[in-house]
Amino acid sequence: MKATVMMPLCLGMALLTATAQAAPAIYPVDTARFLGTSKFDFKVEFDRELSQSDIDVRINGKSVADVFGAKPEFIKNEEGKGSAILLRNVSLKPGKYAVTAKDGKEEARAAWDVYGTPEKAKAKNVILLIADGLSMGHRTGARLLSKGVTNGMYNGYLSMDTLPYTGMLGTCSVDSIAADSANTASAYMTGHKSSVNAIGVYADRTKDPFDDPRQENIAELLRRKTNKSIGIVSDAEVEDATPASVVSHTRKRSEKAAIVGMFAGIRPEVLIGGGSAYFLPRTVPGSKRKDEKDYVEDFRKAGYALATTRTELMNVMEKTPDRLLGLFHTGNLDGALDRKQLKKGTVSKFPDQPDLTDSMNAALKVLSKNPNGFFLMLEAGLVDKYTHPLDWERAIYDTIMFDKVVAQAQAFCDANPDTLLIVTGDHTHALSIIGTVDDNLPGELMRDKVGIYAAAGYPNYKDADGDGYPDSVNVSKRLAAFIGNYPDHYETYRPKLDGPFVPAVKDENGHYIANAAYKDVPGAQFVPGNLPRTESTGVHAIDDLVVGARGPNADQIHGFMNSTEIFRIMAEAMALGN
Amino acid sequence: MKSWLAVLLCFVLGVQVADAGTERRLSFDELYSGGGALGLRFSDKVLSSEGKWISIRGFMAPPLKADADFFVLTREPVALCPFCQSDSDWPDNILVVYLSEKQRFVQNNAVIEVEGELEVGSWTDERTGFVSQLRLRNATFHKL
Repeated sequence: MKATVMMPLCLGMALLTATAQAAPAIYPVDTARFLGTSKFDFKVEFDRELSQSDIDVRINGKSVADVFGAKPEFIKNEEGKGSAILLRNVSLKPGKYAVTAKDGKEEARAAWDVYGTPEKAKAKNVILLIADGLSMGHRTGARLLSKGVTNGMYNGYLSMDTLPYTGMLGTCSVDSIAADSANTASAYMTGHKSSVNAIGVYADRTKDPFDDPRQENIAELLRRKTNKSIGIVSDAEVEDATPASVVSHTRKRSEKAAIVGMFAGIRPEVLIGGGSAYFLPRTVPGSKRKDEKDYVEDFRKAGYALATTRTELMNVMEKTPDRLLGLFHTGNLDGALDRKQLKKGTVSKFPDQPDLTDSMNAALKVLSKNPNGFFLMLEAGLVDKYTHPLDWERAIYDTIMFDKVVAQAQAFCDANPDTLLIVTGDHTHALSIIGTVDDNLPGELMRDKVGIYAAAGYPNYKDADGDGYPDSVNVSKRLAAFIGNYPDHYETYRPKLDGPFVPAVKDENGHYIANAAYKDVPGAQFVPGNLPRTESTGVHAIDDLVVGARGPNADQIHGFMNSTEIFRIMAEAMALGN
Repeated sequence: MKSWLAVLLCFVLGVQVADAGTERRLSFDELYSGGGALGLRFSDKVLSSEGKWISIRGFMAPPLKADADFFVLTREPVALCPFCQSDSDWPDNILVVYLSEKQRFVQNNAVIEVEGELEVGSWTDERTGFVSQLRLRNATFHKL
């Protein structure tokens, strides 16, 4: 074809594309695979105002009302964006479903795979341990620092290394190949994928962060279908994305005050973490609420024993309570390196914080009181909080702490073999260990002191007290670890002994520039960022996650899986489809 | 009066006014005296400085919203978490500064000194809904 003929054709095609109607949006989305009998909101959004008679939505050829036994609400015009139909709180029996939505011009299709679970539960208890952001580099770093290597052989394994079933998880989102901790944790807790920043909902087009089509979460299913206890433990704020995902539905993970209300709605038997600021009425210094609600009092009235320091936790646990609320910090707790060794971060303000192993111990004791079993989600939240600002030493110390929690869980499984244990992260970071940094190597620049290949040799960390953590993080020959994406910053090739790293700060144009506080650290080297200048820290990687498991149904974890399979495996173990 | 004398007089008077105004210097470490997860406690120095003219050094956080007529002063430069940029994710020991007149944003890398009248207790900014515990009113700042 001659170019003169091609040109108008291309132009015509471009115009056609630009003016074309968007196909209707169907929620749950195409490719959704979810639990039969679990509740969800069904919604179809059309991109222009229609009359009800223009709309034809069918599920396996039947009308919506026929399939769900109720007529959907017709919304004539949703915020000026077009018509919609909405039917909340419905469920389906297991099977394959083909959804079609026509508006007279455009047509959309969605295929749903709705699965069931066996009638009889295989597991009495399920423990899901998540180190937020856990990547291969964290695991390797924790093993190197905690166990050491002799002649190429590790001197010991991490507890998480010894889980009999291992797989890889893909963490992509509905709206992006990338993910954050909201939608990744939400995938574990609902079995549905979601969008970045969303928890327990499909992100729709409306502004309201609480009206999006809901996906029933595991806490609601457990309350509706079982008499099991629920435990939620973190060392981040309890309202942070991962712990919030157990109970919440919101488009915006930052709605932390509302998330506290959702915890109160579910009343998990154990709720432990930081974030007390969102429990306190706004008149209390340290509160981050904008109202007068006092959720500490609310939980107390509901029969919760309260602990706000490690000492109080130990005292409360002398007579194991039925319900436990542990709030140990207004924000995130401090990590192992600051609490145990450096005494930086906020340790001077909150000097008596529990270790995650203390919280795990307390949670298992309280939850074990229930003869019907329990579901426990524990998060080591700071692995991610430290990896974001490129502070990998703190992240690796917390990975060691997380592994101690895994060991506690494995001991519990030894004594209670009817427990399914799953250990994983929720997304990864681009952390890699490449050798050592040796202060005693010759070289004008710190980069010349990076030992690679044979020159890396072995680091000289010591663990004389045998607590599993190096006695000092600041040794003369230490790990060389780098994170593959970053804002402008100063690379110091050293652990940050004065407090967690703040690599970049915002300028008057909204750009993040290298934090000058590190400029004069001996050997500091300016590293121009490779992320958009709007980013303050490193970002999540899309690399696969490693997941390990043991106990009933753990054998289903192998090879590569979409992250939503974790929900299915847990739901099947507890027979939540019945 | 010779002009140089006028300038000198103004200068001397100006210095005197400033001296009389800046009675107290506060530091971030002196804002709260302990407390814990159930709430922080204002220090005696803060409580006795209520309504008084004070000065404090810190870092100016980037403007919260374009139309806000205040800024947040922090102990350290802040880089907010990328996924939780709601106003409630600030460190809990911040000071909200209402300027007497508009001044240019100063890079978060530089220490500034702020002077103003100390206001203590929970208060919600009407325009933005921002809740603060400690504020400086009629404030001015300069770079160090």
